[in-house]
Amino acid sequence: MELILETLGLAESAQLLSLSPPGWGANLLRGLVNSLKIAFGAFGFGLLIGLFGAYGKLYGGPVLRDLLAIYTTVIRAVPELVLILILYYVGTDLINKASSALGYGRIEISGVVAGIWVLGIVQGAYSIEVLRGAIQAVPPGQIEAARAFGMPPIMTMWRVTIPAMMSFATPGLANLWLIATKDTALLAIVGFSELTLETRQAASSTRAYFTFFLAAGALYLIVTLCSGVVFAWIEKWARRGQPSLREDRT
Amino acid sequence: MPTAASAEPSPEPDTLGEAIQVEDLHKSFGSLEVLKGVSLNARKGDVVAIIGGSGSGKSTMLRCINFLETPTSGKITIDGEQIEMNADGSPANRRQIERIRTRLAMVFQQFNLWTHRTLLENVIEVPVHVLKVSRAEAIAQARVLLDRVGLGDKADTFPAYLSGGQQQRAAIARALAVDPNVMLFDEPTSALDPELVGEVLTVIRDLAAEGRTMLLVTHEMKFAREVANHVVYLFEGRIEEQGPPAEVFGNPQSARLKQFLSSVA
Ligand SMILES: Nc1ncnc2c1ncn2[C@@H]1O[C@H](COP(=O)(O)OP(=O)(O)OP(=O)(O)O)[C@@H](O)[C@H]1O
Ligand SMILES: [Mg+2]
Repeated sequence: MELILETLGLAESAQLLSLSPPGWGANLLRGLVNSLKIAFGAFGFGLLIGLFGAYGKLYGGPVLRDLLAIYTTVIRAVPELVLILILYYVGTDLINKASSALGYGRIEISGVVAGIWVLGIVQGAYSIEVLRGAIQAVPPGQIEAARAFGMPPIMTMWRVTIPAMMSFATPGLANLWLIATKDTALLAIVGFSELTLETRQAASSTRAYFTFFLAAGALYLIVTLCSGVVFAWIEKWARRGQPSLREDRT
Repeated sequence: MPTAASAEPSPEPDTLGEAIQVEDLHKSFGSLEVLKGVSLNARKGDVVAIIGGSGSGKSTMLRCINFLETPTSGKITIDGEQIEMNADGSPANRRQIERIRTRLAMVFQQFNLWTHRTLLENVIEVPVHVLKVSRAEAIAQARVLLDRVGLGDKADTFPAYLSGGQQQRAAIARALAVDPNVMLFDEPTSALDPELVGEVLTVIRDLAAEGRTMLLVTHEMKFAREVANHVVYLFEGRIEEQGPPAEVFGNPQSARLKQFLSSVA
């Protein structure tokens, strides 16, 4: 009896989640794709900020260092939800002011671009600290050897410092990536149709809250599990040349 | 009189010209003056051994020659080309110093191989990316050099899997890969277990025999006496005594050098 009910319940859920129109599966997947686009863009944008910021903090002049210190402190102090509201509304407002000053009308800002910009700035602050720590962990002798052989600074950065710091940076960057995927859910508050907002809409139209939020949770979990595999692979690559402790013990 | 020994390098490798000229080199770290006016000449083919107590400024002097440390003042000329310096001693022309550094290969006490690259990749790194030699050519040459230092079978191994002696020999192969005019050695055997010292010294001895110009900071007095044709004794940032090894080791003039030699013997 129970078994049949359960099967019936599942059948109903399957119908709700189906990809073709009566079901909402396609909406959820569209939301997931948007979430991943933003997470990916924001993570990349954050890495870029992080790399320049880390070098700025380590080797920049006093003014640049102070500015970067203010940036990382403020961003890490304010709750992300508040930051997203501030950056989103301030950002769109500024762009519109600029465009009307230049004689253009209101600009429709793409949700993905806005999301990448907002989350990227948040990610950048954390990336700076992760990469700065990793750069400092590189044995100075390796950088010195590059200098002693006449390598120019930029080449030293690409050929020596960045590869050598990767093994120190990957665990922290993997964390940042996972935070990025989940922070996309916060963009629901500014009406961007990423996975969480799509889920809420599907759930409130069908009253099947449990089914849809469970499905969304499963999607986030799958993303995390896949990311884990990818980062394990990256870490293995980044640690090439370093004997692992486990290997030594056997 | 301490500096009585000839200020000129020994005459054997004659007529070949100057490889390194250091004139009145000063270097301070903050208020600590480490080099107090050092002058040194090395001609092509010279093997100059630099000896002295700990903290006497040997490493600092070597590192000032390729500007890993910024001198406070002085004049440095490599192969007749004077390095342009700002008033504060920093190199004025980054291109120039980078070009000159490729001719002054350095071998470090701690090897400083790039740990994320295999030995072969370490050896071809500078030829391919700095000197723009073709990859195939660089690999062929790297294999010859690794064979030469006895590491032909370790080309695809990462440094961390090798002994200190093997790493240092790989570092020497990396230095040879740029076909340097002068090789700078900073205590190449000091980080090695005693039984590994010999294999590295053998490689350096061969290089000396084939006429490579070298500046060699070392604590191995016997070895310095054997391979060098000029020995410089540094004491508290000044050259206390210099001359041919037979003179410096066999008939030291300065009381400090006598004491130093008896303390390391
Ligand atoms: N980066 C630095 N900052 C401050 N002081 C330094 C620095 N590098 C070296 N010194 C000081 O300069 C002096 C000379 O150091 P140096 O390394 O040249 O000595 P050394 O002759 O090579 O000694 P050792 O035989 O122990 O290697 C020492 O007193 C050392 O403490
Ligand atoms: Mg030293």
